[in-house]
Amino acid sequence: MSFPWAKEYTPANGFTKFLDEKLPLPRLVYNAVGAGYPVPRNLSYFWNFGVLAGFFLVLQIVTGIILAMHYAANAQVAFATTEHIMRNVNWGWLMRYAHANGASFFFIVVYLHIFRGFYYSSYKAPREMIWLLGVTIFLLMMATAFMGYVLPWGQMSFWGAKVITGLFGAIPLVGEPIQIWLLGGYAPDNAALNRFFSLHFLLPFVIAGFVILHIWALHIPGSSNPTGVEIKSESDTLPFHPYYTVKDGFGLGVALILFMTMVFFLPNALGHPDNYIEANPLSTPAHIVPEWYFWPFYAILRAFTVDFLFIPAKLLGVIAMFGSILLWFILPWLDRSPVRSGHYRPLFRKFFWFGLIPAMIVLFICGGAPAEEPYVMLSQLATAYYFLHFLVILPIVGQIEKPEPLPYSITEAVLGSDKKAVLGENASPAV
Amino acid sequence: MADTAATATPETTGETGDGIRRRDFIDIAAVSAAGVGGLAVLYPLISQMAPSKDVLAASSTEVDVSAIQPGQAIKAVFRKQPLFVRRLTPAEVQEANATPVGALRDPQTLAERTQEGHEDMLVTMGVCTHLGCVPLGAAEGEVKGEFGGYFCPCHGSHYDTAGRIRKGPAPTNLEVPEYTFTSDTTIQVG
Repeated sequence: MSFPWAKEYTPANGFTKFLDEKLPLPRLVYNAVGAGYPVPRNLSYFWNFGVLAGFFLVLQIVTGIILAMHYAANAQVAFATTEHIMRNVNWGWLMRYAHANGASFFFIVVYLHIFRGFYYSSYKAPREMIWLLGVTIFLLMMATAFMGYVLPWGQMSFWGAKVITGLFGAIPLVGEPIQIWLLGGYAPDNAALNRFFSLHFLLPFVIAGFVILHIWALHIPGSSNPTGVEIKSESDTLPFHPYYTVKDGFGLGVALILFMTMVFFLPNALGHPDNYIEANPLSTPAHIVPEWYFWPFYAILRAFTVDFLFIPAKLLGVIAMFGSILLWFILPWLDRSPVRSGHYRPLFRKFFWFGLIPAMIVLFICGGAPAEEPYVMLSQLATAYYFLHFLVILPIVGQIEKPEPLPYSITEAVLGSDKKAVLGENASPAV
Repeated sequence: MADTAATATPETTGETGDGIRRRDFIDIAAVSAAGVGGLAVLYPLISQMAPSKDVLAASSTEVDVSAIQPGQAIKAVFRKQPLFVRRLTPAEVQEANATPVGALRDPQTLAERTQEGHEDMLVTMGVCTHLGCVPLGAAEGEVKGEFGGYFCPCHGSHYDTAGRIRKGPAPTNLEVPEYTFTSDTTIQVG
């Protein structure tokens, strides 16, 4: 949607006029990320991470297409072609390290994006659809990242493939046939490697499609903001360009400095040395863990060690792990507090900072640790809190909490009083 | 940005007397830095498609030429492409030398296309200079074309006994790669 005061695109010359009539692409861009998109004036740097996630998706697609030019998805040569990329291909080391660390940075910025969504309740009406599409993107990302990690065909690739497809083996009755079907064999081999490569190539474009829907859905209500108060008048907004293109550009610069530091100086810091050993179906590495971005969910998977009634522990772990993310799909209907921003929700804030965040950190640490005490018990406690937080605490807090007074408008939140904001047309907003 | 400068007052834009805004410096500096950075990124993206180190490492070939009899030719492989090594008969050498160079499409003498002391040893790429097919004439019994050298069946280019284009669409003579005689019987190509 567009606010009535949104600037309208006016083609500057004959060519853009022609284009605007036949294919109004410049108009689309102008209204999406140009001066034609009014955005709340009070966005903090937490609103940078959507653009950063988009950047890392593009980076992954570009470096990924290049890697695919030099890689061969065949169990005989996959490991060797990966080393070929590192040693023979011009700048191949840069492409591969940028791709591997790009995956990590993609997850970092997406986690911060989700964190922003949790704290400021970006999932609440009228933005439920944006949130649902976002969770879908996150699930697709996880699938893509997992399959990509299998491609170098090192020890961690192989055993990761075996363990993760083993999750499907937990499904009662049909589990084992499904696992064999997924792998195209009894263990990961050529068939599995080839289909993972094919899907790893396909899914990023599916993600890109969902990103377009995500942004489309965003432009209907417009961006949320740190106060959670909806836009009331023009003085609450700034045009996206130049104000937020510059702000996002600055954030991108900072992100790229951190990213290139990792690529150039610590390229393997987030990987596992075992993955530089070629896949060996006869020997499991002593300590296998997934990539860091899966650790919290891996901890939930391993937290279930005892059968419950007739449900085996293995199945419980799998249900809990998938459930921990799937439950985000109903989050907009679990948290019924009419106040969006955690900034004005004292009780929610306590549970958020002293409950959910510590639980996530504990799960993260336990997921990367060996499956022994005290990590098992800690991940059980954290898993219990995690589900309690979303399924019980959030709905109750929304009912009993007395929120702090909200500002009348974004302008009042920024300037102290909205009257000040009703200025002449030439007032220069927040220079 | 330009449009705000038109309506806004100097106090709000930091505009100096001559119409230059202070912020212009930052705008130009930031956009230039991003532009130079973007161009720098293009270099590895383009360079990665050039031959990789293993391909370059395999780009020289040794050929033993001792067994080639006058009138015979062998095919070798250089950079994954066919290489013709041909020992000319005295008649073929004479025929090549008798051809008036000025009338050729790509004027070169036989001496310019061979090495001193080995004028009967013609080393050329087996790649037609028209569109890259392998010409006939190197193996026993193949058609040698109207000029007794090589004949490309794809589009009908005829090469003479010195591998020079004489008739047909090819623009230049068969390429003579860089090579040296490492001994009387061995050449190193590339």
